[in-house]
Amino acid sequence: MAIDIFDKYASIEDRHRALLGIGGDPFGVKVDRIISATEALIDGRHTILVGTNNYLGLTFQPECVAAAKAALDTDGTGTTGSRIANGTYDRHTSLEAAFARFFNRQKAIVFTTGYQANLATICGLAGPDDFILADADSHASIWDGTRLSPAETVVFRHNDPEHLDRRLTRLEGKGQCKLVIVEGLYSMLGDTAPLAEFVEVKKKHGAWLMVDEAHSFGVYGAHGRGVAEAQGVEEDVDFIVGTFSKSLGASGGFAVANHPKFDLLRLASRPYMFSASPSPATMASVAEALHQIELRPELRTRIWANAEQLHSGLAALGFHLSAPLSPIIAIRMPDEATAVMAWNRLIESGVYVNLALPGGTPNGACLLRCSVSAAHEPAQIATVLGRFAALASELDSRRQAA
Amino acid sequence: MVENIEAEIMALMQRYNPEGKPIGRTTEIGADLNIDSVAAMDLIMEIEDKFDIDIPMNQVGELRTIGDLIDLAAGVLQKT
Repeated sequence: MAIDIFDKYASIEDRHRALLGIGGDPFGVKVDRIISATEALIDGRHTILVGTNNYLGLTFQPECVAAAKAALDTDGTGTTGSRIANGTYDRHTSLEAAFARFFNRQKAIVFTTGYQANLATICGLAGPDDFILADADSHASIWDGTRLSPAETVVFRHNDPEHLDRRLTRLEGKGQCKLVIVEGLYSMLGDTAPLAEFVEVKKKHGAWLMVDEAHSFGVYGAHGRGVAEAQGVEEDVDFIVGTFSKSLGASGGFAVANHPKFDLLRLASRPYMFSASPSPATMASVAEALHQIELRPELRTRIWANAEQLHSGLAALGFHLSAPLSPIIAIRMPDEATAVMAWNRLIESGVYVNLALPGGTPNGACLLRCSVSAAHEPAQIATVLGRFAALASELDSRRQAA
Repeated sequence: MVENIEAEIMALMQRYNPEGKPIGRTTEIGADLNIDSVAAMDLIMEIEDKFDIDIPMNQVGELRTIGDLIDLAAGVLQKT
């Protein structure tokens, strides 16, 4: 008999089936109705969302919604193609100008997804004779960008500037340009990069530095420009990449730089050249969201207060947290079965968090990953903590019974 | 060095083989040892540091067996 084309996924299928045997599907949650930035109806149950990366809670911001509606009326539902084929709308240009202004940089390019922003920037920047040096905990979109690039990719240990230094020393005299890629805030564990130290290493070796601020944009730094701003090293970061889908409450991505030739990516980077451009409604809501971030610094005050409430509350319950305070709070579970059971208890009690398992996590970690929003009310976080307290005692009694 | 690499990598692999399965050149890294792409990266970095070489990630995706890994590392070592 001919081999089924899906046979190669047998082990994935088995693992997923085992997961479903324990309860609901953590990777296929059906949202019956989204109610607000922090609440949804899931499986008929009123659920508090603590895993959406909706950091500033702008998805229902009236000004953003109104801007998107107006854009639908004036510019229609889509651009129906790439900018090299279908042209650049005023909105593309003005949104790029808004990002350049926000970051005090000369150049900005917008993309249709955050994933694509990394693909396009990485494979656009790193050519056949170059080297890419990527942090071991990088997001899948960074790895996929390195696969699209003809450059050789070398990995260094997570958040380890000294290891990067050794790597760059070993590559001395080889290839042409070296592009170092790190993230500002890492999405799984919620730890931040020591950018100042990475900057020292990149300067020592004359390398280029790209920082993905997908999770830190809007949250870190006095103006919300990310971890590079918070650590005072923006001038030495050559390229910053980010997403519309977290703090900006839409979907899409951006890259900013000061290099005068950055726009060449528009003629050289295939993910940019061959993707339909962002839709008018998306660009309109993002432009307004960017304005809201400038206008309302209290959003950052609020998300940090919420993060502190959840982080300290979970620590007090005895949970093992994977990083110091950040809006991403990942709880380490002892093993996959416990993690899946705990995730199910939470969703059944009306709390949605992310289940993160090896393959998608560093060091084989099994995580219940929470992310807080500026839109959470302290009372919601207190409710969430109450449900985590019930989970903690169940885990305790299981441990004692074992 | 190249002669040692097979023995050294085999020794290293034991740490990625907590169940103590019998392993050899034909053992599949993903299917037999259940090493996912993230853990494979740790393994690669260990080999790189041990032999002071750079193994291009672009070629790691094509590795299936321990033998493939040994051949890749030996090839890189020979070139340096």
